[in-house]
Amino acid sequence: MENEILKIEHIKKSFGDNIILDDLSLSVYQGEVIVIVGPSGCGKSTLLRCINALEGIQEGHIYLEGEEIKKDSKNLPKLREKIGMVFQSYDLFPHLSVMDNILLAPLKVQKRNKSEVIAEARALLERIGLADKENSYPRELSGGQKQRIAIVRALCMHPEILLFDEVTAALDPEMVREVLDVMLSLAKQGRTMLIVTHEMQFAKAVADRVIFLDGGHIIEEAKPCEFFENPKTERAKQFLNMFEFDAVKDSSK
Amino acid sequence: MNWDVIFKYIPLYKKAAWLTLRLGVLGIVFAILVGAICAVIAYYRVPVLKRIVAVYIELSRNTPLLVQLFFIYYGLPKVGVSVDAEVCGVVGLAFLGGSYMAEAFRSGLEAVDKIQTESAYSLGLSRAKTMRYVILPQAVSISVPAFMANIIFLLKETSVFSAISLMDLMFTAKDLIGLYYKTTECLFLLVVFYLIILLPISILGSVLERRLRYAGFGA
Repeated sequence: MENEILKIEHIKKSFGDNIILDDLSLSVYQGEVIVIVGPSGCGKSTLLRCINALEGIQEGHIYLEGEEIKKDSKNLPKLREKIGMVFQSYDLFPHLSVMDNILLAPLKVQKRNKSEVIAEARALLERIGLADKENSYPRELSGGQKQRIAIVRALCMHPEILLFDEVTAALDPEMVREVLDVMLSLAKQGRTMLIVTHEMQFAKAVADRVIFLDGGHIIEEAKPCEFFENPKTERAKQFLNMFEFDAVKDSSK
Repeated sequence: MNWDVIFKYIPLYKKAAWLTLRLGVLGIVFAILVGAICAVIAYYRVPVLKRIVAVYIELSRNTPLLVQLFFIYYGLPKVGVSVDAEVCGVVGLAFLGGSYMAEAFRSGLEAVDKIQTESAYSLGLSRAKTMRYVILPQAVSISVPAFMANIIFLLKETSVFSAISLMDLMFTAKDLIGLYYKTTECLFLLVVFYLIILLPISILGSVLERRLRYAGFGA
């Protein structure tokens, strides 16, 4: 594959004696959608948080388009502009309206032209069906609406890569779909994305590559059809089995 | 109650109220500045400075204003620094109020969810911009009740100023009682004048609090 956007080389992350990520390497290419799955506590979220240096790493290197991302480097804010991140919940700024949430970083960080950003934001809000909410405050929105707006806010920074950290985990089931649909359409547009999720059906539909993480290691890495139909490792099989239920009542009677 | 006496004394009280208000407002403004600086230092846990702030806060909160004023007014001249009584009052109030304001602001800052900082960082905002555009506006609105309570507390504390012979409301009342023995009238006026100063602030405080609650940032 051609253009390597993100390169993670042998990173190690631990909290005290507790090793979260152990000698983990991964390359992400332009336009690729990678879904990271694994049991809770396997380091999925930590991996995303290390990529934009919300967490520091003890060993290894992370490069975004050739530039190293380090927690203490001077140009960290500049690098973070290129990495859009959406969190599990509550990441919209509650004191700002939807439009001001979206405008803040493009205007104050990138110093872009206000009317141009507004036009872009409106177009994106239109596309996700929330054009009428630009003057609302986050408290007036449903969880699903908030997450879709958080995605728009990240998009308006024109990031090279998008990170999604269990963005539907805190949502009611009927709102999960609307958020996943937005992500599917982004994938279709050829965005580079790294997604941590527990929605296996969604992972199957959206991923170019699935990465199964356990104990801080990449246990399995495969195309989604292979991974879900025919996992190679025992641990991946066990993990996928957790999403299956055997009928407890015999319906043939 | 002799109303003639009361009307005769009103101009004296007006003058005293003006002094109370002037020194009080000045002291509070400096207290807010000191408090804001200390709160930011404590919030970011700036090395060395955070220890100085911690010592200052304990020293300031655990000694009475009267003692602080005596220290500045009678103590400092002994080491060659003589301070004008009004300056002394303002400095004393700022010294006392700074720590209370610092605690109010700090608890406001710390009440802002950590995810707010992280999502601002991940949008490329620098530390300073995150503080200015994301954390501070939320922290200030959270601190409003404590902040208003501090203002009222500090204005009431100005009554100690009379001890360093500043002619504030308390001083004037005590003085008049001593001279003319019109105790009832003088104390009545004292209460009325403190209420005139403090009630509007108190009311403003509850209005602000209610409006911010309806603006309800949470959830």
